[in-house]
Amino acid sequence: MRGVLRQLWVCYRIQLKVISSDWFDGVLAVFFPLMFATAALLVYRVNGDPAAMQYVGLGAAIMGMWTCQGVIASSLLSRERWAGTLELVVATPVSMTRVLVPTTLALSTVGLYCVVATYLWERWVFGLELQVLSWPLFVVAVLLTALTLATFGFFLSVTAVRYRVSWSLGAALEYPGWLLCGFVVPLAILPAWTHPLSWAIPTTWGMAAVRDAASGASPWSNLALCAAVGIGYAAVAAWLGKVLVESARRHASLSLR
Amino acid sequence: MEATDLRRTFRRSSGLLRRTHQEVEAVRGVSFHLDKGELFGLLGPNGAGKTTTIKMLITLLLPTAGSATVAGFDVVRDPREVRRRIGYVFGGDRGLYERLNARDNLRYFGELYGVAPAVQRRRIPELLEMVGLTGREKEKVEGYSRGMRQRLHIARGLLHDPEVVFLDEPSIGIDPVGARELRETVARLVAVGKTVLLTTHYMFEADELCDRIAVIRSGEIVAEGTPAQLKQAVSGGRVLEVETYGAPESVVEGIRGLAGVRSVAVDDRGQQQVLLVQCEPGAQLTQPVLALLGDVRVGRVALREPTLEDAYIELVTSP
Repeated sequence: MRGVLRQLWVCYRIQLKVISSDWFDGVLAVFFPLMFATAALLVYRVNGDPAAMQYVGLGAAIMGMWTCQGVIASSLLSRERWAGTLELVVATPVSMTRVLVPTTLALSTVGLYCVVATYLWERWVFGLELQVLSWPLFVVAVLLTALTLATFGFFLSVTAVRYRVSWSLGAALEYPGWLLCGFVVPLAILPAWTHPLSWAIPTTWGMAAVRDAASGASPWSNLALCAAVGIGYAAVAAWLGKVLVESARRHASLSLR
Repeated sequence: MEATDLRRTFRRSSGLLRRTHQEVEAVRGVSFHLDKGELFGLLGPNGAGKTTTIKMLITLLLPTAGSATVAGFDVVRDPREVRRRIGYVFGGDRGLYERLNARDNLRYFGELYGVAPAVQRRRIPELLEMVGLTGREKEKVEGYSRGMRQRLHIARGLLHDPEVVFLDEPSIGIDPVGARELRETVARLVAVGKTVLLTTHYMFEADELCDRIAVIRSGEIVAEGTPAQLKQAVSGGRVLEVETYGAPESVVEGIRGLAGVRSVAVDDRGQQQVLLVQCEPGAQLTQPVLALLGDVRVGRVALREPTLEDAYIELVTSP
């Protein structure tokens, strides 16, 4: 067990280095979430409603994390394909879980940075001071949201073992996710048929827990649901990792670019 | 290591509305075995099935039929046990994390292979020294030359001290000095008891390194033996080498039809073509060949002993 934890930790640190060492990607990681937050805040500021600004201010902070994980995670293995490293990592004796989880955790770490950057941007540029009544619970909610987004990213990324074009799934999820997770509009105003889709995403519950913690309500039930859905994705992704590697070996899709 | 009647068929699909499927047999019943500590060469033209065979042995592809064991484990039933015991190195620029330095690339794969931290601390500098990258280990791989990348590939493949090493065209694209260093490295691997399966297009490399060689053509092994046995078995006779300028195909066909000619290969070198005529033992072909060439301008003419390359060309071009 100690060996596994060590492997996950070292691979996490190395993958964080891979993700954060590119200047261009770094600039995009800074500016994209800030631009999204700016657009959302400018729209909501028109009404001059402080409650609405608080709502969108919190949502915009988590939105950057969603974009970071959702889009990049699903293209992770495609990047490995292009780099020629996918076959090499599959040829190692560890499962795809132990290859991918450190990487998606590294992405979530960048996502946490997006939350902090967006919070500071809202404060300094828009003069919006988010009201957070329980900072410890707020931090717990943000961290659990990041952790479960990593498991969701693991689920998205593992499909690329078998299907080359699955990276587009993440890109396609980015904007619907803004609505489905309740970042910028309450779920209640969405059509009822979309609610199951929202409930199936751990970030929906994470976002609700973040709002609960900020408003002083108890976030524990939402946190529990967030954790449960996140664990569900991790379990399905671990199973898919085995099944899809076998399928890729059968269909000779590992070496395809 | 043993492969028995290995087969692999690929299915290709095309068309959007009317899907058509085509099956391609890339490997058609390949069988061979390697003894422990042996360096075995798998030679063949592009598309002959060398890489497909290797990928089945390293568990990246499932065979359609047949069986194979590596280090005593079945490649289909025990892929994880096989993976623990093998190293895989392929040629070319890809297969490394460009944004990481050499040391981090090795550490990453060291972790995935479960190499203990204390062992990594000792082994990574040793391997970097062995492949001549000491002093460059903190530079990002994106700034490495092709030769440096290839040497780093080898270090990565040996990190977990595998019993069996697969080298798939490792010297492709490397300059002559780098290729010589690589051959020395491969020779050292065998000297320390590793079993090595090597594929290459360079005959002198195979001749210099391999204990035994199998020639694969269109997914089937067409010859197997030591380099000396292959040269002997395939070309008991000699090779007539004729430099020509503008020899038409009809003349080459005529030479092919001469009694005592086993095969004719044409090596195009710009305006010059070198005809390599494999002769039957005892056949006197110099005058008949020159007579057929007629007015075609002829340069150097030489009769020599066959090389492994001659044997290879005959094996992969004969009908």
